[in-house]
Amino acid sequence: MAAAAAPTSWLTGQGLGGRSPGFQFPWRSKEKLQRKYTGKAVYGQISAKFELKPPPYPPNALEPHMSKDTLEYHWGKHHRAYVENLNKQIVGTELDGMSLEDVIIVSYNKGDMLPPFNNAAQAWNHEFFWESMKPGGGGKPSGELLELIERDFGSFDRFLEEFKSAAATQFGSGWAWLAYKANRLNVDNAVNPFPSEKDKKLVVVKSPNAVNPLVWDYSPLLTIDVWEHAYFLDFENRRPNYISVFMDKLVSWEVVSKRLEIAKARATKREMEEERRKKEEEEENSEDEAVEVYVDGDESESE
Amino acid sequence: MALRSLAIRKAIGLGKSVGLGLRGLQTVTLPDLPYDYSALEPAISGEIMQLHHQKHHQAYVTNYNKAVEQLFQALNKVDTSTVVQLQGAIKFNGGGHVNHSIFWKNLAPVHEGGGEPPHSSLGWAIDTHFGSLEALIQKMSAEGAALQGSGWVWLGLDTEFKRLVVETTANQDPLVTKAPTLVPLLGIDVWEHAYYLQYKNVKPDYLKNIWNVMNWKYASDVYQKECP
Repeated sequence: MAAAAAPTSWLTGQGLGGRSPGFQFPWRSKEKLQRKYTGKAVYGQISAKFELKPPPYPPNALEPHMSKDTLEYHWGKHHRAYVENLNKQIVGTELDGMSLEDVIIVSYNKGDMLPPFNNAAQAWNHEFFWESMKPGGGGKPSGELLELIERDFGSFDRFLEEFKSAAATQFGSGWAWLAYKANRLNVDNAVNPFPSEKDKKLVVVKSPNAVNPLVWDYSPLLTIDVWEHAYFLDFENRRPNYISVFMDKLVSWEVVSKRLEIAKARATKREMEEERRKKEEEEENSEDEAVEVYVDGDESESE
Repeated sequence: MALRSLAIRKAIGLGKSVGLGLRGLQTVTLPDLPYDYSALEPAISGEIMQLHHQKHHQAYVTNYNKAVEQLFQALNKVDTSTVVQLQGAIKFNGGGHVNHSIFWKNLAPVHEGGGEPPHSSLGWAIDTHFGSLEALIQKMSAEGAALQGSGWVWLGLDTEFKRLVVETTANQDPLVTKAPTLVPLLGIDVWEHAYYLQYKNVKPDYLKNIWNVMNWKYASDVYQKECP
């Protein structure tokens, strides 16, 4: 098991798609995601294989709160299997070459999941999970993150309660998340009002099995794995104890803050793009005096 | 085994008889295992059996009783939203109790017939519906292995059409949630807690070995009752 000398920094080039610790959320325009997964082989494509990135700390670094054994099995067997099986599943198909987030969104298929979804989402979730923790973690967040938590949950303690409850009541396998919600109506003909600060807030959500908030267009900031394999060796069935230890001793609030910054920047950028696009459309329309009128028997005037 | 069950009874503070709560509310109790914890080795380790029974199943029993108590109170107060809100906990914990109670009876030590193939009418029905016992075993193991997350794989009897089916359910959903006419003959717990300590993430090995302690006699009895 080769987890002995893990790098101390997060960023070593090839991760899952070579991402920075801030992650790229799928703020893609809808057009790009219209690609459908047909499972047909596409020849002549370069195979971009996903790699299993080690956590940003050695496997015994989280003791005694999360044992070396757990890290070695959870990362070395489970996470590794997701990555390897994902690569096998998508090689030569249309998903090959896409970024991991795109694979997740496309294979989620609006809830009617395609086979690669489970492995893709679990590969993403686990990398996100390792990076949400650090040795000597826990405590309280600060700065803007704390302000937003207090704004959206009332107090840090209330947030903690909600998060722990979500994690404890996710029946069966799944995840609990703190996410930044900055999406709007997602239909083609919606005229979104100018986004106000009120549209954007922190939320606690839970998801079953492999599902994650990317599929709902949220920006995940923090997660806890509540599949049994995540805590069974250390806590047996005492999931609430595991959750408390995670929050008290393992969470890396620095990483969460960083992710929040990036999420906010992305949200702003996306809004500006949408405003710009709306303005362009308006200008196009106003250039033509003629308006399409459908009248029986007449030909409609073209724009 | 008597000492152990006495210890269990003391630990959970309930008598062997059905507990009576407020105004005659009946609670459920953790059933005893019909064999020692280590009796199913090497297929399933004693450590797993003990944890599975004393911790997991017990937790389902305790939480189910709590939820039902709260439901009772909410019903009396006509607090409809609480009644609705409790459904999740009732389904989960109640299902957990139902499923595990069947599961313990589905398993038997080798020296008590565990692993011995079914004869008589069930054996014949299996051959008819699946071709052979091996085919059925393969199918159930494959379904169990393919199940993502937590759940169960079942051999069930459709009492309406008198037909055997292989089904899976998620989380702790009992087989009846798939169709009300289904009666479980055999169930295999594929939650990670059922095999993790021994098999880690190699679920297929667990699914291969559990057949060595499968109690086909129980399944036959249930089958014959429904299809005399």
